[in-house]
Amino acid sequence: MSTPRLLAQTLPGLRLAPRRAAGAIAQHARCYTKPSASPAPAAISPCSRPAARHARWSSPFQRRAFSASPAVSHGHVETPKAGEELYVTFIDKEGMEHKIAVSKGANLLDIAQAHDLEMEGACGGSCACSTCHVIVLDQEYYDKMPEPDDDENDMLDLAFGLQETSRLGCQVHMTPELDGLRVKLPSMTRNLQSSDFK
Amino acid sequence: MAPIRWAQPRACAKWTQTLRASCSARARSYATAQTSRGGRPFRLAIIGSGPAGFYTAYRAMSRIQDAKVDMYEALPVPYGLVRFGVAPDHPEVKNCQEKFEEVASSPNFTFVGNVSVGTPSDHPDGCTVPLASILRHYNAVVFSYGAAKDRTLGIPGESSLKGIYSAREFVGWYNGLPEHADLAPDLTQGDEAVVIGQGNVALDVARMLLEDVDVLRKSDIAEHAIETLSKSKIRRVHIVGRRGPMQAAFTIKEARELMKLPDVAFHPIDQSLIPADPKTLPRAPRRLMDILLKGSPTPPSSSSTSTSTSTATKSWSLDFLLTPQAFHPCAADPARVGSTTFERTALSSPFDPHAYALGTAQTVSLPSRAVFRSIGYRSAPLPEFAALGIPFNERWGVISNDGGGGGGGRVQHEERTAGAAMAYGRFPGLYCAGWVKRGPTGVIASTMEDAFATADAISRDWGSGDVPFLNPDGEGGEAAGWDGVRRETGVGRARVVDWDGWRRIDRAERERGRLVGKEREKFTRTADMLAVLG
Repeated sequence: MSTPRLLAQTLPGLRLAPRRAAGAIAQHARCYTKPSASPAPAAISPCSRPAARHARWSSPFQRRAFSASPAVSHGHVETPKAGEELYVTFIDKEGMEHKIAVSKGANLLDIAQAHDLEMEGACGGSCACSTCHVIVLDQEYYDKMPEPDDDENDMLDLAFGLQETSRLGCQVHMTPELDGLRVKLPSMTRNLQSSDFK
Repeated sequence: MAPIRWAQPRACAKWTQTLRASCSARARSYATAQTSRGGRPFRLAIIGSGPAGFYTAYRAMSRIQDAKVDMYEALPVPYGLVRFGVAPDHPEVKNCQEKFEEVASSPNFTFVGNVSVGTPSDHPDGCTVPLASILRHYNAVVFSYGAAKDRTLGIPGESSLKGIYSAREFVGWYNGLPEHADLAPDLTQGDEAVVIGQGNVALDVARMLLEDVDVLRKSDIAEHAIETLSKSKIRRVHIVGRRGPMQAAFTIKEARELMKLPDVAFHPIDQSLIPADPKTLPRAPRRLMDILLKGSPTPPSSSSTSTSTSTATKSWSLDFLLTPQAFHPCAADPARVGSTTFERTALSSPFDPHAYALGTAQTVSLPSRAVFRSIGYRSAPLPEFAALGIPFNERWGVISNDGGGGGGGRVQHEERTAGAAMAYGRFPGLYCAGWVKRGPTGVIASTMEDAFATADAISRDWGSGDVPFLNPDGEGGEAAGWDGVRRETGVGRARVVDWDGWRRIDRAERERGRLVGKEREKFTRTADMLAVLG
C-alpha cells in the first residue's frame, strides 16, 4: 500500500479521537503510518547515535530521544517557555536516557506519553493502576516530593519491581525543586532475553 | 526510510549478533522496531475483545509491519470484563477503554461483533463461525476469550437450593451482562449474607451489598440491579475464607474502600492471625495488616466494647479459617438456603503467605439467607479444540502454552516420544493471552503485561522468518481474513456488528444514561443492542 493512501485512511480516525489522549494518539499515529508521515526527529540523540544510522532505522515505531529540543507533537503537555524549562531525565527499559525540557506542573505520565516513552497509564492517570510506575534515582529528589497518599501507596503495593523510591508517574508533578530529576522505568519480566535473537 | 525488511532469517540473526556485540543496549532498543516477513502483510485473528485481546492487538499492530487485526466478539459490544466485570463504582479503571478506542480507529483493525467462534452463540440474534474456518484465513490466531465459567464447591445443597449465586453471575447481572440479565437475586429473605471466597471479586460483591444505593445509582450499574439493591434487607455480610489474613487474595485498595464506606462497620478480626509485630513484614502485607487492625471508623451496633453513641446500620467481617461443608434449607422455605456449615481449619504456618489449611473436624454454622460463591472463574476449551487437537489443560483451566512468568503464550502440547521423554510440540500460528493463558487472576495491568508478552512473541516469531505460521501461501500471498471467513461461512453482513455499529450502540446507551442522570444506561438484551442498528 502506498504511503499517501495509507495516510489518507489514517487521518480521519485521528481527527475523531478525543483531544485528551492526544499524546497517546500521536504515538499511535506513528505506529500505523509510514515514517515519511511522521515529523522528522527534531532532537539530538543523547547517546550520540550516528546520524546516518539514526535516519536509516527511523522505523514507524522508532523511539525518539530528546535533549533540550521541545517535542513536535505535544498533546496535553505544554511546551516550556524559554528560560523556564525544567529538566527531567527518563531512563527507559533499554537503559537509554531521555532528557526532556518540561514546564512546571506537568506530570511524569503525561510527559512520558508526549515523548513516546513506553509508559502505559492504563487508567488515564487517575491513580487506579500501577502501569506508570517509576523509580526515582536520587533519594534527595524523592524526599523533595510531597509524600504519596494512601491511594498511590495502595497501587504501588501492586507494582512490579517496587523500590524504596518508587512513585506513580501520574502523581508526580514537576516543580522548580525537582529540576534535574532522574527516574527509571522499571524493567518487566517480558524484557527480551538474549535467546530471543537466536 | 523504509522500515526494517529482513530478507532472510539468517541475515537477520547475523545482523543482530553483530550489532549486539558492538552495542548491546542499542541492539535491544532496535529489536523493538517493527518486524516483517519480506514485507508481506500479516493477518491476525483475535478471539475475544476484552483487555487481553485489545492489548494484544495494540502491541501487535505497533510491532509488526502491515499487521491487520480482526477481532471477534460473541456479543454485539466490546471490552469483555472491562464492561461486564469491573465494578460500576470503579469508573477510573475503565479508562483503558480510551486506549482500546484508539486501537479500533486504525484502518488495520476490524471489529467483528456479534460473531461467536466455535461456541454456538448464546443469543438468538448472534452469528457463529467455526474455528476451523478462522484457521484457514489467517496467519495467526490469538485466543483471548477469558474465563466464562465458574469453579464450584461440590458440596451438598449447592446446586439444589435457591438463594445460592455464583459471584460471576451476580457481577454479570449488576453490570448488565445479557447472559445473566434474568438472575433476579432475592436479597429480601433476611439480613445475613455469606460470600464464600476472599478475593477482590468477593469484596466487590460485599461492597455492592453494603454500599449506599444512591451512590451506585449514579454509576453505569444496570437499572434492574438498582431496583433490587434498593429493596435489599441485607445488613450483615460475612466474607469467608479457608485461610487467614496473611494468605488472603484481596488487595489493599478494595479492603480500604470497604473500611471507608459510610454507615458500614467492620467486625474486628482475630488478631492472633496477624504477626505480633507487623512492622517486620514486607511493605505490602504490612500496610494491609495495618488496615485490617485499624478497622472501620464506626463500630458495629452489636459491638459490646462500643462506647460511641453512633453505630453503623450495616456491617461486614472477614471470617477466616472456615471451609464450607454443606448448605442447609431454611425452616420456613425448604427450597431455599437458610444456613451454611463450615469446618474450622488450622494453618500449616499462620504467617506464611503460602500456608495451607488443614481440617480440624470442628464445625461452625452461619445463617445465610443469600450466598455468593466467589471462589474463582474458570476457562473452558472451545468445542472444536478436541477435534483440532488444540491442547487444553483441564486441571489449570488454561490453553496449554509456553506462558509462565512473562511467557509468550505460544500454544503447545506435550508429546511423548518413543523414548518416553517429554517434548513440546508447537502449533504454528496459535497463541493465547489473558485469563485463558495464565488463569483467572490479576488486575488489568497484569493482563496488559501478559498480552504484551504474547504480542512480542508473535512479532519475534513472524520477524524471525523461519518460525512456521498458518497459511503461508494465501491467495496472492495474503490470507483473506474476515472476508474469507464470511464468504466461506455465509454469515450475513446484517447481523455482524462492526466498530461503527458499536459506536452507535455506545451513543444510544450514553443518551439513555443522560436522561436518568448517569454516564450510561446499558442495554441488557442483545436484541435491544441490535435494535439500535435497525
